Amino acid sequence: MLQAKDLGLALVIALAFISGPAARAGEQTVHVYNWNDYFAPDTLTGFEQETGIRAVLDLYDSNEVLEAKLLAGSSGYDLVFPTTHPFAARHLKAGLYQPLDHSKLPGLERLDPDIMANLAKVDPGNRYLVPYMWGTTGLGINPDRVHAALGEDAPLDTWGLIFDPEQAKKLAGCGISLLDDPTEVFSAALTYLGKDPNSQAPEDLEAAAELIKQVRPYIRYFHSSQYISDLANGATCVAHGYSGDILQARERAAEANKGVTVIYRVPREGAVLWVDVMAIPKDAPNPEAAHALIAYLLKPEVIAAASNHIFYANANSAATSLLSAELREDPEIYPPPEVRARLFTPSERSEREIRNLNRLWTRLKSGR
Amino acid sequence: MKLQAVSDDEPRLGRLINIGLPYLWLGLFFLLPFVIVLRISLAEPALTQPPYTALWEWVDGMLEIRLNLRNLQLISEDSLYLQALLNSLWVALVGTLGCLVLGYPMAYAIATAPERQRVPLLMLIILPFWTSFLIRVYAWIGILNANGLLNGFLLWLGVIDEPLKILHTQTAVYIGVIYSYLPFMILPLYANLTRLDRTLLEAAADLGCRPWCAFRRITFPLTLPGVIAGSMLVFIPVVGEFVIPDLLGNPGSLMVGQLMWTEFFANKDWPLAASLAIVLLAILVVPFVIMQRLQQENEMN
Repeated sequence: MLQAKDLGLALVIALAFISGPAARAGEQTVHVYNWNDYFAPDTLTGFEQETGIRAVLDLYDSNEVLEAKLLAGSSGYDLVFPTTHPFAARHLKAGLYQPLDHSKLPGLERLDPDIMANLAKVDPGNRYLVPYMWGTTGLGINPDRVHAALGEDAPLDTWGLIFDPEQAKKLAGCGISLLDDPTEVFSAALTYLGKDPNSQAPEDLEAAAELIKQVRPYIRYFHSSQYISDLANGATCVAHGYSGDILQARERAAEANKGVTVIYRVPREGAVLWVDVMAIPKDAPNPEAAHALIAYLLKPEVIAAASNHIFYANANSAATSLLSAELREDPEIYPPPEVRARLFTPSERSEREIRNLNRLWTRLKSGR
Repeated sequence: MKLQAVSDDEPRLGRLINIGLPYLWLGLFFLLPFVIVLRISLAEPALTQPPYTALWEWVDGMLEIRLNLRNLQLISEDSLYLQALLNSLWVALVGTLGCLVLGYPMAYAIATAPERQRVPLLMLIILPFWTSFLIRVYAWIGILNANGLLNGFLLWLGVIDEPLKILHTQTAVYIGVIYSYLPFMILPLYANLTRLDRTLLEAAADLGCRPWCAFRRITFPLTLPGVIAGSMLVFIPVVGEFVIPDLLGNPGSLMVGQLMWTEFFANKDWPLAASLAIVLLAILVVPFVIMQRLQQENEMN
């Protein structure tokens, strides 16, 4: 026993020495914390080649996890990608970010003036936040299986697929998934009920909770990234998810060519419109390198390549002409005006309201 | 005289270090973190870095102290927390019993194996630790899946017609817990069993006690300290387990570790998460004290 233990210890020590001094002296490193599937495969390698700065990427799939790390402090990240409403707006209030040095960010002027003006409402003078991508939260659908379950003429562009108990019951067999995100799910449920999606009235939230409770038995799981592969391989047929993630699932399904089709729909009742931004945490170890990465991502050809790969619309006006025609003309990515009219931005809630909502959510998920 | 003073001082210094070091260790790694957690549990959540309020403040020469006791109130009033706590204790109990039932025969077999085989056998028990705990739990997803190894094998055998739903159930959590914590049961039991005086068993046999009787009246009571140590090593960490129920369980099999995660990450409510940790600690001290008593009685006998 002693020998085994000693051997194990020796191995651990040896490994620590091998993996320890990996970074070469004098080499700059930028630590990036981004959503899963949110860069093109060559985005960071291109940056490394151009600047010589080593990029280390960590992934998250929910704003909550990012926020928890930032609030704890000393996260060690140089660049993060929060969603503007309500997250980045809240982070600005808590003073989590450092102001940007605009002189180091050539290309800022190429950003969409509408989006910048909108961001300026929470970030006056656009001092802290630079928009990265934007999109909607809607429904990923496997039309063949949904039609097989509900009939050929069943409408697909409705939250009813999830929140109408009759329809959800029929779709439970082929699989429904919801985002593990109370803000998103409650917004969707309130929209389906025809109420203000940002309502904070207790009776509205209770009605939404009751609605979610009714369909809870038909929901296969709550997860914020699992649905991409499950939709693509036909394991589920209705997913509440982010537009680009579902379009990535559509692409993977087409590539696999196993007879699975995936479509994305913005429900006619309305859906969340969100903008993800780039920001540098106040305690970032290497803000210089973070600026360099933002500047690199502001290049039209770089951001266009990312959009072409991840199916999200970017905020760079100069990049639009560089997008593949398929993407530029996709109404699910660049929604036409009548669809845009149905989109809304989540408003901020007080801390107490968020906690109440989250506890309601934990209880709903556990089926109690 | 001088010499005597030195030789008198030295053992005292040695004794001080001997007694002091464990206390220093406990103070640094148990008491201090406990005080920090207790302090957070009495604060209020706030949108700051770190996300909770200060407990005291000097305002114009006045010391203002604000202690928030609402968290304990919420935990005692909201059934969600109580149920999660009960479920955690239940999973820990099932896990401990499962480990004991599986681990005792294994430890016994290793301890009674020929000397040369013991080290390789122990190696087999320790070997899984060379792979990350997380990866081993993930592997169970691959085994228990509807189209995973276990269902594939059973379907191939023709024992079942359609895949068993084990993954994302409470059963999967039991399996994961027993698998992961089995070595913690086996190792103290083994250490205890090897020290067992075999002549006692021979004496029992000479006096007409059959093997089962000898096990019941001699082996088991003598290895009780090992059983207690192993049970504690399994029970206490399982109560706070997060990874296993999160990966293998379902939202209905909520354990207190997951609730703490939710409070910490989703709600940014560090004070409530800290309060849960304090309640959990208080609950765990009870079995600890009982087991301590049992052990003392055992030693006195």
